[in-house]
Order: sequence, then C-alpha cells, then structure tokens
Amino acid sequence: MHELSLCEGIIKVIEDQAVAQKFKKVETVWLEIGEFAGVELDALRFGFDAVIKGTVAEQAKLEIIRTEGSAWCMPCGETVKVSTRFDACPQCGSHQLQITGGDELRIKELEVND
Amino acid sequence: MCTVCGCGTASVEGQGHKHSHAHDHAHDHGHHHHHHGHDHHHDHSHDHDHIHTDEKGDIHFGKGLGATHVPGMDQKRIVEIEQNILGENDRYAMANRSYFAERGMFVLNLVSSPGSGKTTLLTRSITDCKDRFDMSVIEGDQQTSNDAERIRATGVKATQVNTGKGCHLDAHMVGHALEHLTPEEGSVLFIENVGNLVCPAAFDLGEAHKVAILSVTEGEDKPIKYPDMFYAADVMILNKVDLLPYLNFDVEKCIDFARQVNPDIRVMQLSATSGEGLEEWFDWIGQGLDAAKEKKRA
Repeated sequence: MHELSLCEGIIKVIEDQAVAQKFKKVETVWLEIGEFAGVELDALRFGFDAVIKGTVAEQAKLEIIRTEGSAWCMPCGETVKVSTRFDACPQCGSHQLQITGGDELRIKELEVND
Repeated sequence: MCTVCGCGTASVEGQGHKHSHAHDHAHDHGHHHHHHGHDHHHDHSHDHDHIHTDEKGDIHFGKGLGATHVPGMDQKRIVEIEQNILGENDRYAMANRSYFAERGMFVLNLVSSPGSGKTTLLTRSITDCKDRFDMSVIEGDQQTSNDAERIRATGVKATQVNTGKGCHLDAHMVGHALEHLTPEEGSVLFIENVGNLVCPAAFDLGEAHKVAILSVTEGEDKPIKYPDMFYAADVMILNKVDLLPYLNFDVEKCIDFARQVNPDIRVMQLSATSGEGLEEWFDWIGQGLDAAKEKKRA
C-alpha cells in the first residue's frame, strides 16, 4: 500500500539529481530492494508508472535488483541466509538472529541523457 | 493521483488545503523544498567518467556510455545515486527526533490493526496518568477527527492528521502536526498511527519506540503474518486480556511468534477496560520520560 509513496520519494530524488547533475532525461532507473524491505514489486512498478508522467523519468525503464536476506546468528557466530524475518538459523535452529541484509531500499543508479 | 495511497490529500485538522502540503510533490513533481529547512544535497553522487583513447591517440574525457560525440546523438551516461528511497522521510524524522530531544520529550508511535483498542488504551492512559505527567496526542486516521475529539474530551491537547487515502503517517506530517500541537517540554507524546500493520512499519516518525498493540481477539499468529511491524516495534502490548477466558487465544504461542521475529521485543499484557496490567505500562512510560528529561539536562 505504501509503494506509491515510495515512488514519489524516488521521483523527488531523481528530479533533484536532474538539477544537480544536469541531465534532461532518464533512460533507466536501478533500484536495490531487499527481501525484507516490505515492498510489493508489482505495486512498486504500478506506482512508478503512475508517478513518472510529466517528469524527466517519463520514459524510464525500471530495473529492480533484489537482494537476499541474511542474518548474523549469535550461537553460530556467522552470517547465514534467511528468507523471512522469523526464520530459524538453518544451521543450529536458533532464533537469536540479527538481520544484516535484505533491508535495502535504495536508488542505486540512473542511466541518463543530457 | 494517489489512488492507491492518496498521500497528496493528507491534511492537518483545521488547516484546510493551504496547509495540506505533506506530499505536494505528488502533484507537481519535484522542487518543493518543504519548510523545515533541512534540504540536503548529496555530493557523494558522481558521474562515472570514462577516459577513451581514439585511433589517433587523442584522449577524450567523455561522459557518455560509448564516449561518442556525434552531433544529434544521445549522450547517455550513468549517474550513481546510492540514496535511500526513504531518505527524505528519514531526514524529517531526524528533525522531529531532535525537536523531541531538545524538549526532553518521550515519544511513542502506536501501531496496530484497526480495532485493537489503541484509542481506548490512550484515553485510559491519559485519564489515569494525568497527575503523573504532561501528555499530548497526534491522531492519524484516514478520515474524521473523532479520535482527536475523544482524546480532547480527556482534557489533553490533540491534533488530528487525516491522511486522506494514505495508509500511514510520515515524518513530514508529524512535523506539521507539531507546529499546531505545541507540546509541553518534558511531556509524553503519543502518536496514534493509522490502523494498519503493514505500511507504518517503514516510516520512522522520530519516535523513541514503536509500540505494536495486538488484542487477544485477533489471531495469535499476527506477529509472523506481519513480521515487518513486529520487527520494527520495541514493545508488543497484548490488549483485552480480560477477554482471554472466552477465547482460544494462546498467549505463550503469540509471544513465541513475536520473539521469532524480534528476540528483544518487550511484551506487556494488559486490559485497557479492566485496568489489569496497566501499572507496568504506566511505569515503563514514566521511566522513558525520566530518561528523556535526564538526557536533555546532560
């Protein structure tokens, strides 16, 4: 549900960057979205198409880089792969996990045209 | 615009449209630098310059992907951004957080599904703690100022923020609400978020803690159904425990689920109606407020 707000945030950053870095058109937007970022990708794409109208990113292609979840397991003392926030450690079964990856919600880079 | 989230129509109660600029950029895309005066430029962004040598040995410091300079052709380049999508919200949240710190305030962001008893818990807390500390409330709902009126009836200051079709409060809305609310120094501020266990998880408002309220009339597996929220919260309140004898709600199982998502979550079991367990909640608020005041003095 909040994906449209996120898209508005993305456009705000892009428009600010268009002024700061002097480009007129955005060809591609690369986002980095973690598994735990709480983002529904279809909703994000839908929102993106809605907010780009009339902006420098009007024609832009949206590329999403999905990052996997990872966590630090305290009993094992190492980083393990997890696919939900409530996964147990795949090695020892403990829930004493600190999520270390998969929270990403970033605009990584843009392909632009002057 | 905003048929999904509707943030463009957010308004602070009583302020009409001219103050409803929580998300102006939804409509005019872009250059509204809002009024908190903390725009940041991210000078860590930079172009990827590529140096190319042609067959004659001349060097071009082209910016283009192909480093070509053919008249009339597009000059494409890659711009590295590396910015958090929620960066704008986080900057407003930081401003709110320093506002609270400067005033020695203890601020709680109350999140839950609709109907968990947030407003009842609030009115009960206010009535019972009136003599213990100063309090004020920011009420978030999609529509109506019913909740703010319920709060004001208890005699404390409350500002309603209507998010329109929006599903969450953001830090900018809270910043505006603060201008109207003018909370006391050394007071407790409750921010009652829109009833929604999904979206408010992502938005930092500048609070000290998110408090997730779950009533025992809901499913005990909600912490793993909505893990983002229970992960973001520091406290889970199990409300309406006076109804437990009539329900098949497994308290231990529910707490286990919550700890699977967030091993450090603090759980308080209470009933805002019967009053059971409320002392622990009040004491915890009191300790938080003392710490906030102490920090300000230091």
